[in-house]
Formats: sequence, C-alpha cells, structure tokens
Amino acid sequence: MIRRMGRRTALEALLALLALTAVGACARPPANEVVIGVLYPMTGPVAQIGIDAKNVIDVALDIINNRHDLKLPLAAEAGLPRLGGAKVRVVVVDHQGKPDIGQAEAERLITQEKVHALFGAYFSSVTNTASQVAERIGIPFVNADSSSPALTERGFQWFFRTSPHDGHFSLVMFDFLKDLEKQKKVKFRTVGILNENTQFGSDSAKVQEELAKKHGYRLVAKLPFKSGSPSLDAEIGRLKAARPDVLLPSIYTSDAILFTRTAKNLDYNPRLIVAQDAGYTDPKFVSEMGKEAEGAITRAPFAMDLAGRKPLIPVVNEMFKKLSGGRDLSDVPARVLTGFLVLADAINRAGSREPAAIQKALRETNMPAEQLLMPWTGVRFDEKGQNTGVRAILMQLQGGTYYTVYPFELAARDVLYPIPTWAKRK
Amino acid sequence: MDLLTIPPSDVLIQGILSGILMGFVYALIAAGLSLIFGLMEIVNFAHGEFLMLGMYTAFWMYALFALDPLLSVPICALALFGVGVLVYYGIIRRILGGPMLAQIFATFGLAILLRASAQFLWTPDFRQVGDAWVAGPVQLLGISIGLPRVVASLASLATFAGLYWFITRTETGVALEATAQDRQAAALMGINTDRMFALGWGIGGACVGVAGAFLTTFFYVFPDVGSTFGLLAYVTVALGGFGSVPGALVAGVIIGMLEVLAGLFIAPAFKYVAVFLLYLGVVLVRPQGLMGKF
Repeated sequence: MIRRMGRRTALEALLALLALTAVGACARPPANEVVIGVLYPMTGPVAQIGIDAKNVIDVALDIINNRHDLKLPLAAEAGLPRLGGAKVRVVVVDHQGKPDIGQAEAERLITQEKVHALFGAYFSSVTNTASQVAERIGIPFVNADSSSPALTERGFQWFFRTSPHDGHFSLVMFDFLKDLEKQKKVKFRTVGILNENTQFGSDSAKVQEELAKKHGYRLVAKLPFKSGSPSLDAEIGRLKAARPDVLLPSIYTSDAILFTRTAKNLDYNPRLIVAQDAGYTDPKFVSEMGKEAEGAITRAPFAMDLAGRKPLIPVVNEMFKKLSGGRDLSDVPARVLTGFLVLADAINRAGSREPAAIQKALRETNMPAEQLLMPWTGVRFDEKGQNTGVRAILMQLQGGTYYTVYPFELAARDVLYPIPTWAKRK
Repeated sequence: MDLLTIPPSDVLIQGILSGILMGFVYALIAAGLSLIFGLMEIVNFAHGEFLMLGMYTAFWMYALFALDPLLSVPICALALFGVGVLVYYGIIRRILGGPMLAQIFATFGLAILLRASAQFLWTPDFRQVGDAWVAGPVQLLGISIGLPRVVASLASLATFAGLYWFITRTETGVALEATAQDRQAAALMGINTDRMFALGWGIGGACVGVAGAFLTTFFYVFPDVGSTFGLLAYVTVALGGFGSVPGALVAGVIIGMLEVLAGLFIAPAFKYVAVFLLYLGVVLVRPQGLMGKF
C-alpha cells in the first residue's frame, strides 16, 4: 500500500514538473515586446513600498505604451518607436527584502523569463546581490531607489543608478547644518547617529560619521539596531544620556513610528532631527505620525510642494492616484517612475534588445531637467554608473505636512528650530 | 566608544522601569504559548499571528466602530478564543497522532497562511490607533513613562492572576491541569480531554487577544507584526520553563529588563545578544527552564 502510494506520488510529481516546463517554454517573449524584470518587496514589513513601486511602474507603462500629451520621455508615441512600436512588459517578482531571494529571482528572470533588463530593488542589500547576477550574465540593471553609496563603487559595467546616494544626501545635510548655524546664529557641536543595521543604515551611518569628523562635529552616539525591534527604550535612553545637538536617523517606516512614539513616552526631546529619508517619507508615516513627528527634517529627492515649479507633478500624481487607491505620489514612486523611464528611453535609443546596445545607450543617456519629475539638473551617468545630475533637497514636517526647507532658494517654509519639546506641544 | 558606559541615574531608572513594564507585556504574549505547550506539548508556531489577529481585531473595532482598544479587550479575547478553538478542531486534533514534524509544519503553515491573508485583506500598511484613551506619558517622581505601557502591564498582571485563579480554583481549571499532567489518567477519571485541549487553545488564544488589544495602544499593526514579538515569546517560554505559566511571567520581566540594561550599559546592538546569552546559559544548566517541571 505504502509502496503504491509512493509510486503514485512520484508519478504525480513528474507530471507536475512536465507541466511546469511546458509553461516555462511558452513564456518566451514574442518578438514585438520588450520585457523588463522588476524586483521589489511585495510582502513583509515594507510591502507597501513595493506595491507603490508596482503601481507607478504601471503608470510608466501606460505612458510608454500609449499616446499621451506629456513632457515625459516616450509619452508622445505608442510603444518604443525605434523598435517598431514594441510594447514594454514587466515581470514583477517579490524578493521579500531578502538578499538571497533577490539573487535567485534575478537569476530566474534572466534565464527563465528572458528579460532584457532588470529594475529594482529598493533595499540596498537586495540591489547589491541581484545586480551581481546581472553583472555576471551581462544584462543592464537600473536602480532608482537604493541609496547605499557602495553600490556604484563596485566598478560594475552593467549597473546604473538614477537617484542620489547617501553620500550626496549626507553632503547636503552637512551643508545644511553649516548654513543653518549661520542663519539661526547657533553652533552645533555634537551629532548622534541612529541607524538600522542592514546595508542601507550601515552605509549611511558610515558616510555620516566621516562627514561629521570632517566638519568638526563630535560623534557622541552611534546606535545601530535591528529594524523591527519590539522596543527602542534602550536606544532612546542612550540618546537621552548623550544629548546630541543633531540627531541623524537612517531608519525604515516601522522604526520611525516606534521611535517617535517612544520618544514621546520617555520624554526625549531632540533639538534637530535630520533623517535619511526611508521611513520618514513613507506616506503612512506622514499621515499617521506627521503631527507627532513635528519638526523632523528629512532629505528627499522629491517633494510635492515643488509642483508649482514642475507642472508634470500634478498630472502624473492623478494617474498614480487612480491605481494606488488614492495614495499621493511620494518620494520612492517618483524616483521609480524616473528610473524606469530612463531605462525604457535607453532601450528605445538602443533600437535593439541586445544587452550591449542597451548598455551603450544607458551610458550615453542625457535626459534634460524638464523631462523629469525630480528637482535634478538631468540624468547623465558617470563611468561608475551613477547619475551626476542629482540634487537633494531637505523637507521639514510642519503641522503634519512636509515643506521644502533647503536649499534655501527652493524653500517653501523657514526652518523650524529647535523642535518644540513634548511638554510645550500640549 | 567605551565598552561599558554608565548611564545617568534618571536614564537608568527610567530604562529599568520601562523594561519591566515591557516585560509584563512579553509575558502576557508568551502565557498562551506556554499554556498550550504545557497541555499537549505542541509548539504553536502561529502564536505571533494570533497576536497579529488580536491587534487587527482591536484596530478594526477602533477604525470601524470608534471603539477604544480598552473597550474591545473582551471582544479581542472572545474572538481569539474562537480562533484558538477553531484551529484546534480544524487542524491540531487531526494531526495529534501524527509525527512531530507534521505538527510543527501544520502550525508553521498556518502562520504563513494567516500572515498572507492579512496582507491580502488589509494591505501591508502600518496601522495605528490614533487617539486611544490611554496615551502619552505619565510623570512618576520626575521620570517619564508611557501610560499605555503602564496600563498594559497592569492588564497583564490581572490576566495572570485570573489565569492562576482559574487553573487552581475552578473545577474546569483543575481538570485542565489534570489533563496537562497525565492525559490518560485524566481520561480514565472521566475528563473529556478533547474538550480540555480545545479549551486550552481557546484560553491560549484569549490571552494573546488581550495582549494584542493593549499592544495597539502603543504599537503599530501590520501583517508581519507577529514575527516582531513571536521570537521573543518563544524565548520567554523556553527561559521560563516549557508549560509553566508563572515561569513565563518571571522570564518576560527578566527579558524586558535585560534588554534595556544591555542596551544602556553595553550597546543597543547587543541587547538581544544579552537576552539570548542568558537564555543559552539557563538552558545549559537547567534544560527545563527556570520554572519548568520536566
């Protein structure tokens, strides 16, 4: 009986395997489309970021594959004109925020799904492993949203990053500190760093530590921790004891929520918070904790209040809202849209699906500022694959909304300093 | 930076106090897990997801009916009691005679199912109870402590007291304890062990439902929130002694305090290193845990 069962199960497994192979064989892309493999966290703690990214990529596909009257690349015609109007299709995979899964999925996308390029993956740690696969096989990998500086220091030939990294961002932060000292006639002496301990937080902390030393600030607390901790009591305790003049957090959404709540409960009153984006610009954090986190400053490559200067923003925002169930465009989706259009534009200019031709076209990218949602001077890659046209801005939460506060010439509001203490806010 | 830092006394007192309070919450989360293990020697790997369901119940009561988490405590307890009983009759009872691996993977699979369903139904967004009745800090002798945590730890203590009273002073409770001690002997005495197991799963669920309701007053809810607390719950149960409900209480407080102390004196990055080192130390000397019976 057992033996017969065993044989039957084996037979079933074999049949299932055959069926799968058959499906795999059918999945080859037809000649009139371009396929891009997209890697994002669709489950786990930052799934919402992945879902936002997928929605905005659908907006990008609509712009590329249909006719639109928009000043964006590839909007005017349907499909990629130099590839005979070929449509762009994406295969989205979930890497769960895990570097090993990202690596395996990248491999599968290239070898099984036969994608022409890869795009993703938000987590610096996952972008790191997934882009190694692309580099080995020789497929272009475009990244729009990972900020670890190390990613473009690896000497890769197939890796391109459209957005600024934490080196750029942190430089701006320290420029800001110097300028704020002059404006408010104060002197900052000490900084504290609070960072989650994967590649994003660690690399950001490293850059900030170096910059702090260079600018003559004393580092009085450097607190790496595991993202998603059930309590941040010890971290807040350390900060209360060290009392840094400036607090620099590099943390994801869940930690930003818990940090703000714990700071309130334990009466920790930082005078100035300058955050490395991530959790601080998550729309959920802004809508739910915006008022509590009053005065928090974050770096960002994008801000909605730039809409006056960028008429593209409200139009794209409406397209995004239809797909996202009413969520507004925010930092990450704006960067994703930009990066994705840069990639599609390069494939179009290459006029070919050959990896080497796309790579060459990416290297020759020269997208002007007016075709971007971002406040950048354009998109041009250096020999390391880093966009040199980037510019970072700083925004501050005032009354539950982010306003651009730096560079001062783009500012919508004056900087609120110091952050009011919890006791004063009641 | 120095290997050992001495925090100022007010920070230290505040740390210890908030650590102890958090410990009571850890203990309450672990209590149900410990109870179920003591009863039938099954580790419920979906325990963290039960907590997640408890938190979502409280959140939805708040979001849909503007019911404060304090008021939805009984609803959460009842709902999770139901979930526990359902899981027992639907899954656990069928695999009781199966190999241990089947039992592990059944609850593990259930955990993944619950987590994925939560994300499907309620999106992976972080949700919070915006204006709970208990909110903000209280000042105790110049030390600031979160009021939600104070209330949650009082509730935890009350739940433990209730649980203790139930097990030692009521007929059903004694029958439950008897079943835990010797299933066959209890059956011979006329105790319906099947119903006792179902009751155990129900109470285990109810405990974590109570914990979930109180947690929403100071913690965010999202489909993966179970894994944030789940691992600590298993360590709490193992440290306190498998199956020992008072052990869970003691171990929870130890973990909550140790976590903060290690973070303050050594570095926050090492706080769980200290917790797991203590755990390893204890199980090396006493494999049955601090108050375990075996």
